[in-house]
Amino acid sequence: METEEQSGRTEPDLIPVYIMGKRYMVPPSLTIMKAMEWAGYKLIRGVGCRGGFCGACATTYRILGDPKLYFGLACQTVVQPDMYLAQIPFFPAQRATYDITQLEPVATTLFSTYPEVLRCLGCGACTKACPQDLDVRSYMAAGMRGDIAKMADLSFDCIMCGLCAARCPAEEAQYNIAILARRLYGRYLAPRSEHLYERLEEIEAGKFNAELEELKGLDEEELMRQYKARDIEPK
Amino acid sequence: MSGYPREMQESIRKVEATRARRIKETFPAMSMEGRDAVLEAFHPDYKEETFQAIRVGVSKGQRTPVELARIVEGRPHIGPDFDLSDPFAETDVLIVGGGGAGASAALLAQENGAQVTLVTKLRFGDANTMMAQGGIQAADRPEDSPAIHYLDVIGGGHFTNVPELVEALVMDAPFVIEWLEDLGMMFDKNPDGTMSEQHGGGTSRKRMHSARDYSGAEIMRTLRDEVRNREQAITVVEFAPAVELVLDDKGQATGAVVMNLETGVYHFIKAKAVVLATGGGGRLHYQEFPTTNHHGATADGVIMAYRVGAPLGYLESMQYHPTGAAFPEQIVGLLVTEKVRGLGAQPVNKNGEQFVYPLEPRDVEAASLIRECKERGNGMITSTGQPGVWLDSPMIEIIHGPGTIQKALPAMVRQFGRFDIDITQEPILVYPTLHYQNGGVRLRADTSTDIPGLFIAGEVSGGVHGHNRLMGNSLLEITVFGRRAGRSAASYAHEVKLGKPTLAHLETWNRELEEAGVDTGIIAPILLPDYTRRE
Repeated sequence: METEEQSGRTEPDLIPVYIMGKRYMVPPSLTIMKAMEWAGYKLIRGVGCRGGFCGACATTYRILGDPKLYFGLACQTVVQPDMYLAQIPFFPAQRATYDITQLEPVATTLFSTYPEVLRCLGCGACTKACPQDLDVRSYMAAGMRGDIAKMADLSFDCIMCGLCAARCPAEEAQYNIAILARRLYGRYLAPRSEHLYERLEEIEAGKFNAELEELKGLDEEELMRQYKARDIEPK
Repeated sequence: MSGYPREMQESIRKVEATRARRIKETFPAMSMEGRDAVLEAFHPDYKEETFQAIRVGVSKGQRTPVELARIVEGRPHIGPDFDLSDPFAETDVLIVGGGGAGASAALLAQENGAQVTLVTKLRFGDANTMMAQGGIQAADRPEDSPAIHYLDVIGGGHFTNVPELVEALVMDAPFVIEWLEDLGMMFDKNPDGTMSEQHGGGTSRKRMHSARDYSGAEIMRTLRDEVRNREQAITVVEFAPAVELVLDDKGQATGAVVMNLETGVYHFIKAKAVVLATGGGGRLHYQEFPTTNHHGATADGVIMAYRVGAPLGYLESMQYHPTGAAFPEQIVGLLVTEKVRGLGAQPVNKNGEQFVYPLEPRDVEAASLIRECKERGNGMITSTGQPGVWLDSPMIEIIHGPGTIQKALPAMVRQFGRFDIDITQEPILVYPTLHYQNGGVRLRADTSTDIPGLFIAGEVSGGVHGHNRLMGNSLLEITVFGRRAGRSAASYAHEVKLGKPTLAHLETWNRELEEAGVDTGIIAPILLPDYTRRE
């Protein structure tokens, strides 16, 4: 890929961005990800769902002259003039191995699985780095109090990109600790859905077998008749 | 400050002006005849010139989008003489694909006594599962039953679904919900413990279970976390897409050749059984539609299974999600979940009027949106020329109370908030987007195929949904059939006596291409889309 200086061309509608320090001229309407592709990158690392759900394209950037570090997802963040950017597509974070069926949903489970939870300084570097704008510091504080439900709730929209862990001076892997909290909540603390278990018993007892057998044997005409005759549950 | 330019805001004023009236009236649902008419005239599947018949292989004559046909007819990455004598690794069950189906299969194969290797193209979890927002269907309320779910599925699919597959889908569904919750998935629930369930397009009962609008992400990260906890029995290899299946001299699946995506080196992984869970092909951009799919969705599994002789089906049918984002330009084509309509938001045209029942089956809803823009000229056209209609999201808070959107649709609020659009106050501009591959590799209810030792699960398969899938049945499909595949593959692996691995099928394939005079000039599977700029 030629840079603008090399080619001697200027295109007035383009803006300069610096991908890992190298200057490229790109259209100002593009996301960081599309700008990299426009510049000639065929992405393998640092690209996943392209929709803001998977956390593959965590990116850190700075604007020339501004010392502040910014964070975002490359697929969701529009380029700005003089943006210096680098992707962080992988972070070597600590992750514990555990058997969810053998745990109890209590504070000591968090502390024994991830002893570093208690080292959290409460500095908030994680919160500043989160591209989902989650209050990571608060969910870590909830974890330190042993409030698993709160930690699960506040961390729910986490996409596990790892930017929090990358910025943490206490070397926490907040997103791995948070998914333990969510799994403890989902398995042990969420109120039980009795109707689900009643339905499982009915299926196991064979309650619907005859009806399903009959449906499977119907021709299209009869299926269509029954389909049209369905009553629709009101909103 | 609104992220919408002035001319769009003028149209929004009209949407606001009709809101109080519309909230009391819902546009009537279409008759079966009305559905057929709008599909034939406006659904992309009916644009004959964008399809062609596959010219080689066991399903010769299968009509499919030209973009897909071209790569199905492609040439393999490796030759028949590729060295299989010294496998890079050996395992009982090889799972190809690290989405929800692959992860489910890995867990069940391990529980049934198999050593498992899971290879995946990008990172584990980079999959359409992660992006599914709306939810997962299961008939678990007293007002509902698996039989009613069955009728909804088969009617939505135009009565072409394979009955045994639909039966498996609806009967396993409540068990899958229990399984996911036991693994620690957090479902949306009411304080009394009942599941919070909504309608989806084409459902006659509320049976959409959700986890905010991160339903697929919540399933994926939970399954992935559990797979990682079983590292002694399940080896996960990332950035390692399969490029060719390997059979033995008796025609049984015995592993795959995978490529290290970062070094370009090919390796043979030998296995007693193979589960193909590679997902769909939205990144092929049929008819130049944008897509909701993840970066790696290039229909690899269809190509690989077909080359070893597994029949295909239903590939003349693709799903266009009715509501992809149509503005801002940066996120055109990304999914706006059907849950938005499930919660009561109506699609309305630029004049603020309804023109379709909000929850028709997806193909009918999508075709109706296209008709409103293309035929009737009632679409809002953005400055880049992209047409769209309004999805009136602020209605949700009038119906369900303030705060509902932030609670039920945080991903959507965040997505549009990044572009200064507040969907609690302003509607969303939407247009159909390529979403799902209805067809694929044919399978039986136990996920077996015509190739012994080859099992199929998820979007790569064809037949479960007939010619149109309903919302909430793909997260269900990947878990139902992923679990079945893991179980089937493990028990098959205990029994099978393998012969000598061979790539003889490639000689047959290459000869057939030559005899048919087919040379598309493409090495397939293509593995990744190429979005680098063309001068």
